[in-house]
Order: sequence, then structure tokens, then C-alpha cells
Amino acid sequence: MTRTLIRYLPLLLLALVWEMAARFEWVSNTALPPLTDVVRAWIELTLDGELLRNSASSLYRIAGGLGLAIVIGTVLGIGMAWWKPVNVLLAPIVEVFYPVPKSALIPVTVIWLGFGDGSKILLIFLGCMVPVTIGAFNGARASEQVMVWSARSMGASKLRVLWDVVMPGAMPELLNGIRTALALSFILLVSSELIVAQKGFGYLIGSLGAGGSYDAMYAVVLTVAFLGFAADRAYLEIVRRTLAWRSVA
Amino acid sequence: MQGPAQIVVDQVSHLYRPPRGREVLALDAVSLEVRQSEFIALLGPSGCGKSTLLYLIGGFLPVEKGEIRVDGKPVGGPGPDRGIVFQHFALFPWKTVRGNVLYGLERQGMAKAEREKRAMEYIELVGLHGFEDSYPSQLSGGMKQRAAIARTLAFDPKILLMDEPFGALDAQTRGLMQMELLRIWQRTPKTVIFVTHDVQEAVLLSDRVAVMTARPGRIKTIVDTKFDKNDPDIFKNKTFVEKVDEVWNLVKDEAIKAQGKRSA
Repeated sequence: MTRTLIRYLPLLLLALVWEMAARFEWVSNTALPPLTDVVRAWIELTLDGELLRNSASSLYRIAGGLGLAIVIGTVLGIGMAWWKPVNVLLAPIVEVFYPVPKSALIPVTVIWLGFGDGSKILLIFLGCMVPVTIGAFNGARASEQVMVWSARSMGASKLRVLWDVVMPGAMPELLNGIRTALALSFILLVSSELIVAQKGFGYLIGSLGAGGSYDAMYAVVLTVAFLGFAADRAYLEIVRRTLAWRSVA
Repeated sequence: MQGPAQIVVDQVSHLYRPPRGREVLALDAVSLEVRQSEFIALLGPSGCGKSTLLYLIGGFLPVEKGEIRVDGKPVGGPGPDRGIVFQHFALFPWKTVRGNVLYGLERQGMAKAEREKRAMEYIELVGLHGFEDSYPSQLSGGMKQRAAIARTLAFDPKILLMDEPFGALDAQTRGLMQMELLRIWQRTPKTVIFVTHDVQEAVLLSDRVAVMTARPGRIKTIVDTKFDKNDPDIFKNKTFVEKVDEVWNLVKDEAIKAQGKRSA
């Protein structure tokens, strides 16, 4: 507990510098409202339900897009590692799609699915699928021949081997890919909501900023930052438990 | 030396196709018969195709030329009648010792209570009592191989294929494991095909030693090595020393040939 406190002490210092910079007007209050004002705005936004409503729709979009990306990306990645034809078919597509800045697809997804949840979920799905697929592919490709053979000789069918040997073997790399996808999902969510949306974190940040409520805008920005951080921490804990067998030695 | 052969290798040739470079004839018209409950060693210099022959019998590689029959039926793929133990253990690192041993029993559809009991029996048989909840990464090399042997024996294959199982262990552990294997084999007699390049190991453990030639692998000759091995001073035993000498002379030329090929 004390160690955690000491570890995050620099954040506390940063908050203090922020408050002072605003209070003593080292910078203009429009550019940086005092942190205490931001906190007050956050409480107001929370009390009138505005923040909660928009959080709910944003989290729904992340859950949908990321969930789809994890399931389909894992299947594609393992499929590519395990069946040559799947690899021949998909490898060039993944290769070309990999470096495309996914935010460039925001208008495209809007044309396809409109201003609502659908376009955001599709965008997050498309962006996040790439690191998941690559993680699953690399992990599954490295699965050891002798382990597969052992399982086969114990009576496991080929499909069973995929689930019992290839999947757990691919897990470390796959989980790494999902972590990248998790971070990416927040980026894509907020960018797409900033550009075209009627609700969500991005929409709220954009509309509050346009309306001049900078303290409230900052409150939402900090909320998103905190959620992103918390999601990553929670995820790392899940990974630690899933891969407990690796760290016992 | 009685009874029909359980495993018949009939004129089997195998081409090894490396991802790059020319294909190599790994096995050239190999024929071999192994009787039930016999312990046979495949001995030869590295690269002679002895492991390849084992993988073909295991059904892990397709038989392209010739035929391999187990109990009269041609081998078409891996199956639980043929258990295998690899040099580098091939344990599932995400499962505990118990989980590893249970895996084969689960695949055989054994009832839960029975397989739990059986797993513990075999964990005890190989002397891993108290380590059933350890992960492979927590075990020494010798213990890992014990776990792998327990995993394979537990689902009771008729045939045990061993691919240089003690090759990755230090000399002391290796000696202990050889004794241990003999003890276990006397308790649960199975047909064993044991691949090794260690002459002493081959003579000590097996009833017959099939000496293979340098690549392309053929069976050069088969030496009968069945004699009373219950001598506590086996390594000084006259018959043992003579047999080792006989086998060593047979394998020496092949080892030299294999060396020459590699440096050429």
C-alpha cells in the first residue's frame, strides 16, 4: 500500500503543479482550468447522469468491437498457423491491412453503418482484430511438434489437439496481442466518437469543448484516461492468473 | 524368441525433405520384427534415421514406401496403443504433473474417480509422490522425464516408443533412470522400442539391439543382448562387457562414416 503510494507520488505532484499553474494563472484558465474546478465539474456530470449515460454507450461499443475482434481474430490467427490454405488466403490481406491507420476508416464505417453504435463497433473490431490475429498466429505457429504428437498418441483428435495443445501454447502471445488491442480500442473509440457520434466519451468531450465548458471537458478526458489505465491493470491481472504456470519456477 | 511378431516393419523407405535443400534418403528398405513384451533398442550414429523409424511406427509420419503393421493392422496414424516418450519430455507446461498424467486418461474416457486414482498410482510408480501439483518448470530434468513416463504408462499402451528418453539428462540421473526403467518394465511388461546412441544403455536395457548403418539408415545387424541383468555390479559383468564390446565394434564404423559425411 505504502509502496503503491510512493510509486504514484509523481502523479500527485503533477496534480499539484496543475492546480498551481491554473490558480496563479501561469497559463490561461481556458487552456487549463484548475484541477479542483475539473473535479467539481466531474461531480456535476456524474450527478446529473450525463457521464454515466455516455460511459455506458462507449463501454458497450468497446465490449462489442473488442469482443468480436478477440473471438474472430483468435480463430483466424490459429487457422492461419494451422491450415496452409487459410494462410495463403489471409496472410496478404493481414499484411496490407496491418499498417493502414485505422482512423482513416472512420468515414467508411459511418457510410456503411451510420452514426450509431454499429459504425463504432465495426471500426474497433477491424482495428483490434489485427493485433489479435497476429498474436494468435505467432503463438500457434510456435507450438511444439512433440507436444502435438504426444497428445495425438494419447488419443486426442486433430481438433482436440487444437484446443488442448495449440491454444494454451499460443496463449502468451495471444494475450499480448489482446493487450495491444485493448489500448487500441480506446483510441479508436474516442476518435470515432469525436468525429461523428451523438453519444459517448468522444461526443461528450467534443460538445463540451465546443460549448466552452473546459472544466467539464477535462473531467471527461480524465475519466477516459483513468478507465484506459484501469482496464489495462485489470487485464494484466487476468493475464498473470491465466499464465500462472509460467511464473511458478 | 517365440510367438508371432507384434510389430512388423516391412521394406520401409523414407525420404526426408528439408524445407530448403535436397531431399535425403533417411531410411532405405528397413525391415524389422518385434515380438510382444520384447525390449528392443535401435542403436546408431546420429542422423541414421532411428528416430524417423520410431516416428513412422508411432504413426506421426506417413509411411510412403513399404508397410508397418501393428498387431496385423497397417499403421495409419498415432493411437493410444503406442505411447511415446520424447527426449525433451514434451510435457504440457500449463498442466501440473497430475494434469499431464490425467490428460491421456481423460482422452480415453475413463471415469473421474478411476482416473484420479490411476494417475496417483503412476505418479507414485515413477517416484514423484509429493510433486503431483508441481508444474514441469518446477522440476529437474530427471523428474520431468519421470513425469513424462508416468503420463505415457498411465493410459496403458501396449507398445512403448522411447526416443532417446535419457539423452538430455546428466550422467548420474541417466544411470538412475535406466535402473528405474528396468524396474518399471519388470512390473508392467510392455513391448518397448528404445532409440539411443549409447551402446551401454542399449545393452543394459534391451533384449535385442538393432544396429543401424549411417545414412541412409538400414538395419546392419541385430545382436541378442538378453541375459541375466540382476547383477548389482552389472557394468563389470563379463557377459555385459563382451556384449558392449561386440555392439560397439559394429556401431563404430558407422559412427566414423557418419562423421565423415558430416564434415564432407
